[in-house]
Amino acid sequence: MVVPAILFILIFSYIPMYGTLMAFQDYNIFKGFWESPWVGFKHFEMFFHSPDFWLVMRNTVVISLLKLLIGFPAPILLALMLNEVRKMAFKRIVQTISYLPHFMSWVIVAGFTMSMLSTDNGSINILLQKVNLIDEPVNWLSTTEYFWGILISANVWKEIGFASIIYLAAISGVNPDMYEAASIDGAGKLKQMYLITIPAIMPVVIIFLILAIGNLLSAGFEDILLLATNPALREVSDVLDTYVYRVGIKSSRFSYATAVGLYKAIISIGLLTAANLIARRTGNSLW
Amino acid sequence: MKYSLGDRVMSVTIHALLALLAFVTFYPFWNALVISFNSGFDTSLGGVTFWPRAFTLENYDIVFQDSRITNAFFVSILRTVVGTFLSIVFTAVFAYGMTKRELYGRKVYMIIGLVTLYFSGGLIPSYMLIREIGLTNSFWVMVIPGIISVWNMIIFRTFFQGLPVGLEESAKIDGCGDWGTLFRIVLPLSGPVIATLSLFTAIYHWNDWFTPSIYITSEKWLPIQTMLKQILNANIMTEQMAQLDSAAQNAMDQMKNVTTKSLSMATMMVATLPIVCVYPFVQKYFVKGVLIGSMKE
Repeated sequence: MVVPAILFILIFSYIPMYGTLMAFQDYNIFKGFWESPWVGFKHFEMFFHSPDFWLVMRNTVVISLLKLLIGFPAPILLALMLNEVRKMAFKRIVQTISYLPHFMSWVIVAGFTMSMLSTDNGSINILLQKVNLIDEPVNWLSTTEYFWGILISANVWKEIGFASIIYLAAISGVNPDMYEAASIDGAGKLKQMYLITIPAIMPVVIIFLILAIGNLLSAGFEDILLLATNPALREVSDVLDTYVYRVGIKSSRFSYATAVGLYKAIISIGLLTAANLIARRTGNSLW
Repeated sequence: MKYSLGDRVMSVTIHALLALLAFVTFYPFWNALVISFNSGFDTSLGGVTFWPRAFTLENYDIVFQDSRITNAFFVSILRTVVGTFLSIVFTAVFAYGMTKRELYGRKVYMIIGLVTLYFSGGLIPSYMLIREIGLTNSFWVMVIPGIISVWNMIIFRTFFQGLPVGLEESAKIDGCGDWGTLFRIVLPLSGPVIATLSLFTAIYHWNDWFTPSIYITSEKWLPIQTMLKQILNANIMTEQMAQLDSAAQNAMDQMKNVTTKSLSMATMMVATLPIVCVYPFVQKYFVKGVLIGSMKE
């Protein structure tokens, strides 16, 4: 019964793994994988010496750090706030609305973002003009300074609600007696949140933080591809994954792109292993 | 219980922040809906925010008359149905096999599966493989490469292992083989897990635009999200061109009541419609589903 599944996995996951060897070849589409000449580390050196390298690395690291710094605590904060709501109807409405964007494709989310930011009567421009912060519509999505902010906001908008589910579940596991005891001892709501709820969800937070560190080089793909449609944004938007896509599939430089992809994979494995080592120290090993 | 002043301030602040969050999350959706029901020319005059000012169904009329969009919509539905069905069946069969202790090489298969969760060949080698086996430009490229989900297999397996052993034994005694036991006893008892995993798989299939965008060039098999992406990009192009030459753009707009913006909003609504329709019914499942998925072995 497992044979078909294993076959599918071998074909569609393992053959590409083997195919990564292309990074050490001058892959020629007409000669194919077996006939193309081997060139050692040529493509890696080319990447490291190209001006793209620093740009792409900077964007990758900055964007993923921003995502970690803002996108990671946001759902925890939301869960903590939702936990304080006693009116079930209100809580349910907020939750239902905040989960919804997770189920929409990035195409739709990017469409919303563009529509909101559009110079052609986008709501953000209208609002800012009404409160006299700006005089005329700003072309948000063509300006390099705003791109990171827009990208992170769109990400938080899409995932904050859904990501909070797991923390809410962790919070609901806290023994209610603890809150009662604390309030008898005179702790206010804020103090209870700080002294009981947050320590109680720490193990879950740490696991997810470690997982996030392992993915530090995956700064994003679909979101960037769809939001940075203006080539002028490339100097702030190009990350490792989009770079691989652009030089590999758009420009057909297969070996070079594979080398870049492999470079990313190797560093990611390193990060993941390191993250797991830290996890093991804290008693939360992933595997 | 008495609340202190500090508690009340905190509670009010939290309620206000949550209400703001709900508004900010909902508004872009609502605004797009409003624009899709507003006459395109009127929208371009500005200021359409909460309610349609010049209500019209014209935008939808044009969207539904566009055979490329309706075709893409049906491709998406076909892909979602076929892709989800095949993926769930193949993955469930895989998972059931993996629950059998007597299966020869079970550990090896498990390792083969688990490795793929952490390592992959990456975009380019996968792309080359798909090209080489000639899956490009076919419907199946959207279904077959991702047919087995190792994550879902693990979740299925965990669920199957939780079923009472006696059930399977009595099925065996009554003359059921492995396949019979799986399809007649085990799967009918796995409703919740099948529902959850089908939901997530279906949403993946409905939303995925990237696979077809690199493997499919003929319009015949483009799903709606990929089509929408092309429409939105064309829209941005016109907006950027309009900035260069706004006079020409205005002249163009006045010729027709429908603008690229109103059309793309209507298309976006069509592309989101199925999700919004099933959302209320499946909400209770996915909350549980996330919790199942987060459990470690």
